Amino acid sequence: MSESVVGNSAVVAGNGGGLRKAIRADRGGTVLLGVLLAIALLVPALNLLVPADSVLHMSGYAVTLLGKYMTYAMLAMAVDLVWGYCGILSLGHGAFFALGGYAIGMYLMREIGSRGVYGNPLLPDFMVFLNWTELPWFWHGFNSFPFALSMVFLVPGALALVFGFLAFRSRVSGVYLSIITQALTYALMLAFFRNDMGFGGNNGFTDFKDVLGFNLQSPGTRMVLFLLTAAALGGSYSLCRYIIDSRAGRVIQAVRDAESRARFLGYRVESYKLWMFVLSALLAGLAGALYVTQIGIINPSEFSPTNSIEIVIWVAIGGRGTLYGAVVGAFLVNYAKTYFTAALPSMWLYALGALFVIVTLFLPNGVVGLLGARFGKYRLATAK
Amino acid sequence: MMRISGRSRSSHPPPASAGTDASGGVILYLNDITVSFDGFRALNALSLELQVGELRCIIGPNGAGKTTMMDVITGKTRPDSGSAWFGRSVDLLGLTEPEIAQAGIGRKFQKPTVFEQHTVFENLELAMAGDKSVWKALFARISAARLEQIEQVLERIGLSGHRFDRAGALSHGQKQWLEIGMLLMQDPQLLLVDEPVAGMTPQEIERTAELLTSLAGKHSVVVVEHDMEFVRSIARTVTVLHEGSVLAQGGIDDVQGNPKVIEVYLGV
Repeated sequence: MSESVVGNSAVVAGNGGGLRKAIRADRGGTVLLGVLLAIALLVPALNLLVPADSVLHMSGYAVTLLGKYMTYAMLAMAVDLVWGYCGILSLGHGAFFALGGYAIGMYLMREIGSRGVYGNPLLPDFMVFLNWTELPWFWHGFNSFPFALSMVFLVPGALALVFGFLAFRSRVSGVYLSIITQALTYALMLAFFRNDMGFGGNNGFTDFKDVLGFNLQSPGTRMVLFLLTAAALGGSYSLCRYIIDSRAGRVIQAVRDAESRARFLGYRVESYKLWMFVLSALLAGLAGALYVTQIGIINPSEFSPTNSIEIVIWVAIGGRGTLYGAVVGAFLVNYAKTYFTAALPSMWLYALGALFVIVTLFLPNGVVGLLGARFGKYRLATAK
Repeated sequence: MMRISGRSRSSHPPPASAGTDASGGVILYLNDITVSFDGFRALNALSLELQVGELRCIIGPNGAGKTTMMDVITGKTRPDSGSAWFGRSVDLLGLTEPEIAQAGIGRKFQKPTVFEQHTVFENLELAMAGDKSVWKALFARISAARLEQIEQVLERIGLSGHRFDRAGALSHGQKQWLEIGMLLMQDPQLLLVDEPVAGMTPQEIERTAELLTSLAGKHSVVVVEHDMEFVRSIARTVTVLHEGSVLAQGGIDDVQGNPKVIEVYLGV
């Protein structure tokens, strides 16, 4: 198309400052990015500059916890992209998260080198323990960080591509698709539990020493990882928001609401679903890699079907189909989880269930829907 | 079987928005189409020809095969036998639904189907003809010419004042018009319209009749309808389907006076 550029539908409403318009059209997103920026400035100051005995000091533990929440928020956003906007209820996104985590975990294992318990320079501890004598073929290359980083994207992306291609081409949708995604993550969990898969069996990977030569225990390294996570979260949000606001975003929402109409208008519904699903898996994989690097452990329980269901609950509680709602939901639920599992461990699952029921019954648009009802209605109402 | 000459090209999908070569004067050509569902013959050796620019009404009792015929033309259902050509150059039986839409056949459903969460404007924008691949859509911008086209269609379907309203908030009749407007944005050579006036008020029916008659000529239009009053007001040629094949065809008065048609409709 060689047509002159006039912008999309919002332009009909009149011209104005581009930034101001963007802020007005996406208030929630602006707040989110603002908060992320504030966190990125405040947390390093409170953690590294404020002396440890001050009340304002933020402990390393708190930094890691916040970092973990941010990786969960990315994961929730990935789920919201496909569930909220494409109507694909994936109950297996934990698998993509875990695969991203395993990919970076393999690199971190190789970085340990001869500092393991057995001191074997070639093999990770668990392989020595299993009496293996050489590195399995699929471990080759993982001593290179760029290679591992590409695998963080490639492995979840390829899985999503193959799985999505088969599922969407056969027009599997709705609850059937959800069940298959559950089966997918469950199958992967069983596979990764096996010792002879070569991924550390039920112990997974842990005891990482450093990343790119930087000690993982040092506050500086941890702060850099934290900031990278904040940047990744902000970046993924901006990317998702761009896509949703593009015509492609309007197409996927159209597919969600009236699939056959979209098909008869000439859209290849399957490819739209497939590419959104793959993108979502890539984001989940990156989130998993950032999670494992900060938390320092990855094991097959990350593939557990209940984990994937929990992600959907975060999104529902925060507010589906808003992107920032997923972030809010991930923070809220995981903060509550941290609190409850410490204060009243036996109550956590009841609390989660109750939260889910209450939100479903009384807040169909989630927590951000409650806030949004007070501010803007439909985004074009403000653009008008 | 092949009555149209010069049609040696087999089932290669046409390039997007190619349209078809309708220079032979025939825009749609169905020959001997049979579709069975579990032994039930929804279409039974159906043959039908439609001229370029024609407005054709298809009537028939429930189960006569009207919707199945539309499904075959738009690629939703594959016939067991027969051939279906769009103009001279497009073999419909080798194409998928999006490919057929891109080739230039638009379809309006029986139940108004618009994108309810999108605004009227966005509905028309999404229907717009053009490259509909994911990559193009990611970076698509609306040109001034396209905006103008949307304005014209809004005017034509009488929804100019509703452009920023959510389509879901429109009345039933307005949704039907919006869907017709979406077909216009698609700029198809052939429009298939399934029961456009079901559930409409008399005034709405009148406007719809005007709208559809104004489309004929530039587009070829097939209207499936039950409402005989409405059919009488728009149709020049009427085709009566019964048990999956053509029972009668001709002017509305001829058809209504046809004893076979009377028998089928009234069960005499």
